[in-house]
Amino acid sequence: MKYINAVIDGLSVSVEEGKTIMEAADSIGSHVPRLCFHPFLSTEGACRICVVDVEGYNNHLPACATKLQDGMIITTNSPSLRETRRDLVELLLDNHPKNCLTCERDGNCELQNLSYKLGVRERLFEGWRKEFKFDDSNVSVLRDAEKCILCKRCVRVCSEIQGVHNLSQMYRGVQTVVSPAFMAPMDESVCIKCGQCINVCPTAAFIERDETDKVWEAINDPNKFVVVQTAPAIRSAIGEGWDMPYSTSWTGKTVTALRRLGFDAVFDTDFTADLTIMEESHELMERLKSGENLPMITSCSPGWINFVEHFYPELLPNVSSCKSPMQMLSTLAKTYYAEKMHKDPKDIYVVAVMPCVAKKFEATRPEHFSPNGYPYTDAVLTTRELIWMIKAYGIDFVKLHEDEFDVPLGTSSGAGDIFGATGGVMEAALRTAYEKITGESIENLTFTEVRAVEGLREATIDIKGTLVNVAVANGLNNAKIILEKVKSGEKQFHLIEIMACPGGCVNGGGQPIPHVNKFIYPLDKDLVKKRQQALYTIDEAKTLRKSHENPAILELYKEFLEAPGSHIAHELLHTTYSEKSPKGIK
Amino acid sequence: MCTNKKYTLSDEIVDYINECLSKEHPESYLIAILHKVQGIYGFLSEIHLDEVAHLLQVPTANVYGVATFYHYFRLKPRGQFAISVCMGTACFVKGADSVLTSFKSELGIDMGETTSDGLFSLEGTRCIGVCALAPVVTINDRVYSNVVSQQVSQILNEIKAAERV
Amino acid sequence: MPEILKKYGKIKETLDYASTDVKSTGITVIQVGSATCENAAGAEAVKFEFQKLINASGRDNIVIKQTGCTGRCSQEPIVGVFAPDNFPVKYKQVTVDKVAEIFQSHVLGGTPVVSLMLDKNTNIIYDHIITFCETNYEKRPDHLELSELFQERLAHHGISNERVRVLKGGNIGLSRFEDDDQHAVMIVFPENVIYRYETVEAMDEIIKEHIIDKTINQKYLIHTEKLTEEYMKFYGDVSFFNKQSRITLRNCGIIDPENITDYIHAQGFKALALILEKNDPEWIINEILDSGLRGRGGGGFPVGAKWRNTRTLKQDPIKYVICNADEGDPGAFMDRSALEGDPFSIIEGMTIGAFSMGASKGYLYIRAEYPLAIARIENAIKIAREYGFLGKDILGSGFDFDLEIRLGAGAFVCGEETALIHSIEGLRGQPRIRPPYPSLSGLWGHPTCINNVETWANIPPIIIYGAEWFNRIGTVGSKGTKVFALAGKVKNTGLIEVPMGTTLREVIFDIGGGVFGDNQFKAVQTGGPSGGCIPEHLIDTPIDYESLKEVGSMMGSGGMIVLDHTDCMVQTARYFLEFTQDESCGKCLPCREGTLRMLEILERITTGQAVMADLDKLYRLGNMIKKTSLCGLGQSAPNPVLSAIENFREEFEIHIKEHRCPTQKCSKLISYHVIADKCTGCTLCARRCPVLCITGGRKQVHEIIQSQCIKCGECFNVCKFDAIQKI
Repeated sequence: MKYINAVIDGLSVSVEEGKTIMEAADSIGSHVPRLCFHPFLSTEGACRICVVDVEGYNNHLPACATKLQDGMIITTNSPSLRETRRDLVELLLDNHPKNCLTCERDGNCELQNLSYKLGVRERLFEGWRKEFKFDDSNVSVLRDAEKCILCKRCVRVCSEIQGVHNLSQMYRGVQTVVSPAFMAPMDESVCIKCGQCINVCPTAAFIERDETDKVWEAINDPNKFVVVQTAPAIRSAIGEGWDMPYSTSWTGKTVTALRRLGFDAVFDTDFTADLTIMEESHELMERLKSGENLPMITSCSPGWINFVEHFYPELLPNVSSCKSPMQMLSTLAKTYYAEKMHKDPKDIYVVAVMPCVAKKFEATRPEHFSPNGYPYTDAVLTTRELIWMIKAYGIDFVKLHEDEFDVPLGTSSGAGDIFGATGGVMEAALRTAYEKITGESIENLTFTEVRAVEGLREATIDIKGTLVNVAVANGLNNAKIILEKVKSGEKQFHLIEIMACPGGCVNGGGQPIPHVNKFIYPLDKDLVKKRQQALYTIDEAKTLRKSHENPAILELYKEFLEAPGSHIAHELLHTTYSEKSPKGIK
Repeated sequence: MCTNKKYTLSDEIVDYINECLSKEHPESYLIAILHKVQGIYGFLSEIHLDEVAHLLQVPTANVYGVATFYHYFRLKPRGQFAISVCMGTACFVKGADSVLTSFKSELGIDMGETTSDGLFSLEGTRCIGVCALAPVVTINDRVYSNVVSQQVSQILNEIKAAERV
Repeated sequence: MPEILKKYGKIKETLDYASTDVKSTGITVIQVGSATCENAAGAEAVKFEFQKLINASGRDNIVIKQTGCTGRCSQEPIVGVFAPDNFPVKYKQVTVDKVAEIFQSHVLGGTPVVSLMLDKNTNIIYDHIITFCETNYEKRPDHLELSELFQERLAHHGISNERVRVLKGGNIGLSRFEDDDQHAVMIVFPENVIYRYETVEAMDEIIKEHIIDKTINQKYLIHTEKLTEEYMKFYGDVSFFNKQSRITLRNCGIIDPENITDYIHAQGFKALALILEKNDPEWIINEILDSGLRGRGGGGFPVGAKWRNTRTLKQDPIKYVICNADEGDPGAFMDRSALEGDPFSIIEGMTIGAFSMGASKGYLYIRAEYPLAIARIENAIKIAREYGFLGKDILGSGFDFDLEIRLGAGAFVCGEETALIHSIEGLRGQPRIRPPYPSLSGLWGHPTCINNVETWANIPPIIIYGAEWFNRIGTVGSKGTKVFALAGKVKNTGLIEVPMGTTLREVIFDIGGGVFGDNQFKAVQTGGPSGGCIPEHLIDTPIDYESLKEVGSMMGSGGMIVLDHTDCMVQTARYFLEFTQDESCGKCLPCREGTLRMLEILERITTGQAVMADLDKLYRLGNMIKKTSLCGLGQSAPNPVLSAIENFREEFEIHIKEHRCPTQKCSKLISYHVIADKCTGCTLCARRCPVLCITGGRKQVHEIIQSQCIKCGECFNVCKFDAIQKI
């Protein structure tokens, strides 16, 4: 490896060849202000805020996009550079709404933060300001083009990571705007509602639909029995809202907080994760027997379901018919649980706390309404929204004691916990499949070969001579690679797990956005690993680690569902998909 | 390929796109295809852009991003006679703005608009490279040189008269 | 003779050029200009009219030929008549009604129509026209130019200057014979012979033999090919062309651009045959390097260095060459003219470049606004393929190269090379950060060399006449010639080509004939929206890359707009900024947002709402945008404004402090009034006023209600009695 030697702000640096000026400066503690830069997306070099001076060049050079060269003498700070950066940030502010105090990203907005740090205290150049209609057509992702600073991170994540290509810059010059094709509302686009655009947006040009008011109202309605469920990935990230350590899970405190907020029953989506494994493994066995519709592809991720409906309708028969764990739990809450508690399902209000914004859309799908016309899930909150609610209520999350979920929809195995990590569904399924196929007890419960932090994994699992070809993909560009292999018949897979979000649910579009001053960006593999680690730790600490051994599940089948794949199971726990328009272009 | 589906685009264009698909870097022909579509239909409609996107397998958002980036492309139909007043430097210096004002007041429309009878539309254009004969105005393919604002009503009347015949 | 040159020679032989040669066949050629500008001036109707007259005359020895733009745009349509044994005559502004007279009198009757001739001094039909190549001939007395010495000798021999016209001379492409200060080199027309001699005695000898005895002096006669051989023959002495040197435009307005025969007989594809025969790419690159040729698109990067980088930086079997013909500068039409007038030379230049760099595919990126140029180049590509100058195994050399046309779609920024590459790739034409430069990673990531039309057109002559020849033309840092589109308030608008180092004054006043209407010269704008306005006191600035930069402008691609005392510099600055602001691609923040704010400030100044602090803000923003923008468009966008403030600060201050526009160009700062004495009460202005703010009935003096007036100037424009005044 060749090393490059240069001088930055009077200090000698030596870094590996190919590193940028920004990387080199970071290594010696010269933090060049930056905005459009995102370490896990392609380099745009458009905001010019990270410009520095290099001896021998008349113009300022962007630190993010300029490779360090031997002998460069670099200044990252000077009166002229500071004025330049200040003026650039002011130019953005001059074309930006002035409602910071009421903005969702107030206090965690990269633009606001830069403006503060660079000392934009007066407006020198203010004039015309762009005006766009707020796009709230979509139930998951809302778009406020007036807040857009045209850094293109959303365009980049939507194409480079997700392969959806729903967004592009339209028009040009000061008219430039990021939008779906034809300036269509998000709802009429190929948007799969994964919400990754929200996570990477430095401002609030993309945000989720806020459903907290709806939930407050339900909680305060004496006639409503408000049930809440929390997804596996919530417990690994919610602590970030109070700057608590990573790699740790906060299950007990979350349960306490939810009770304090006034929820009548606090359930765990992990429970239905276990149930999903029961139904899905049964479905897989059936398909393996008949040889039809193989490989089977998991159906937990609603972003992925939107993707397959828009982009790969030809593969819909391959998708497992199982509802997602959230929808299974909501359905059971208004059937099994209602019956058990002698409640009218209409009086039960189900709130789901999810790391995901696509879940908000999933809850509104007509397939997820009861035959009597009410939705099984009434409201979906993201992790971020739950943090707001807890803070709004005046609860000091850090000091909470740890509580347990309510029964019966709160008991889960470790297999259910790891659903939040990429490969987790696969691993959970393999634990159950192994025992079902062999009839023997499995010794090694960890299938590290399917833990796909890097986005894509293929493996052949030898289940006592039965070879099962599996693949795990997260991030839809990775999924495309597998799906193309399936279509071409290049490789015969049996089971494929696909999660829309890179890293799986722990990095979902509804997860906390690390504080701007931390310089930890969503998509950071290290962040993903830490959140995953929290889930693996829970799993390892549990004695109950296999879905099919979850006693609450066994009781559920005994009391209500009969057996996996039974008629009633099909009626309540399975769903259908259909091709959606506009059709996506892969 | 997409031959079993019915397209509103003409066969000529569908064939052309299929021809592009057989070449290296088919997506690079997008702009050429849009030129052809506009050449035939006068503008780029959403349905046509959508069909181009699917035929060429370029994401629709990208197709629209390209169509809106380049000022040569029109997203709305224009009049039977498209009047373009050159706003290049030479024309500007020689009084193109007063010619434009005359067209606006004669036609009662603003830039980018079409008269209610669909006969005329008015647009400004970038330099067409006939600077030495400034100011110039093009109406469809015909170039009028050394135009002065007093001539505007005469030019329009001639076209209207020819149209009546 | 080696194989490839032999093959080239054979192709040349098969082309029937003689049939159209005036001298040998007795055919009369009527040459009608055919380019976008000519057509706009009505050339097509003129051509049709001539054809009708030829048909009616029943003569079969009169032919019509078309040619590209001669550059004399203000005089178009131009028609040339070439009758056997006569100097050619060019007619100006030939409208359809003048065709019959020219045809009857000149074509059929042999008497040129003097009143319609292009330039007055061609009215005299000389016996001879003599031109010298510019050298520092040592034998001449210090106070005399070489041409003046010759005239003195003529007078000595008693020859009237009405019989022989002596031109000062220029660079007319006499290859190696222009080299030393020991010799004088001259061409004598119409015999079209070249003499090279050392002494004044030899000069006398030639005068005696050639001029007096009408025999050709064999002793000093030399044979060499001339770059612009046809040019003098076709144009004779035309004042517009004095001081010009045509390398890029050597064939424009002379050959038929749709006819490969014409091109080949103007030495077309000879350079290509030469380099293929030599089969030494390094040699080509060294020649281009040694020639000192710099990119003509604006940046002025050494062409040879770019070629070497493309050739050597990356081992890649796929490489591309691109011709940038996205001439987007408002006020520039050099590329259009070259493409329309001499398309084959662009193809030849690109093919030579491709061979040297190892590219097998080339793209011509042309503005869609240039339909005729596109048609001409398409036609030229097709014909070149048919004759084996393009495609597989060019001239039997084993070298494959082909060209494809890609159309632009109205985006100025696509003149920037990385934006252009994106556009060819079918994307939004937004630039990307360089490095990597296209020579390392360009089109689809492969090494790519992009040069503009004018640059490519310079390649064949450099190969034929050598780097040394080219290197002698121009200044120390800027070699060769540069084409300019001369427009605005100048008498002779059009295309000109001058050696680098020619001063702005020479271009505007000698070639351009001075300011239109003999108004007072105010400034000249060069470099288009990336350049600046050069005021009168800097008009002796020589034209070269560095000098123009020093005075706050730039070479750019070659637009040159003359402004007179009626032009408002604030408006001019605003005009250019409005252009770049509108053409900003929107990618980088300083250009996108910054130019908008600069434009707002300029608008405040032109409407009397600005304060002096706004000037400082313009400076602050302008300098920031220059230093911070991503691409050349943004980095140069503030130039027109900054240079205008620099040179015309007083005018800005008058706008700001006094709310007054000295040139009365800023509509918000002027008002219209009816001059009672002149108003006849015709009501025209009242009827045309878009806001109906003019009162007064028929035969009554009208009045403009100032509070309602929107200052559109319509009344001023329509009044037939000059009864409206601007204050």
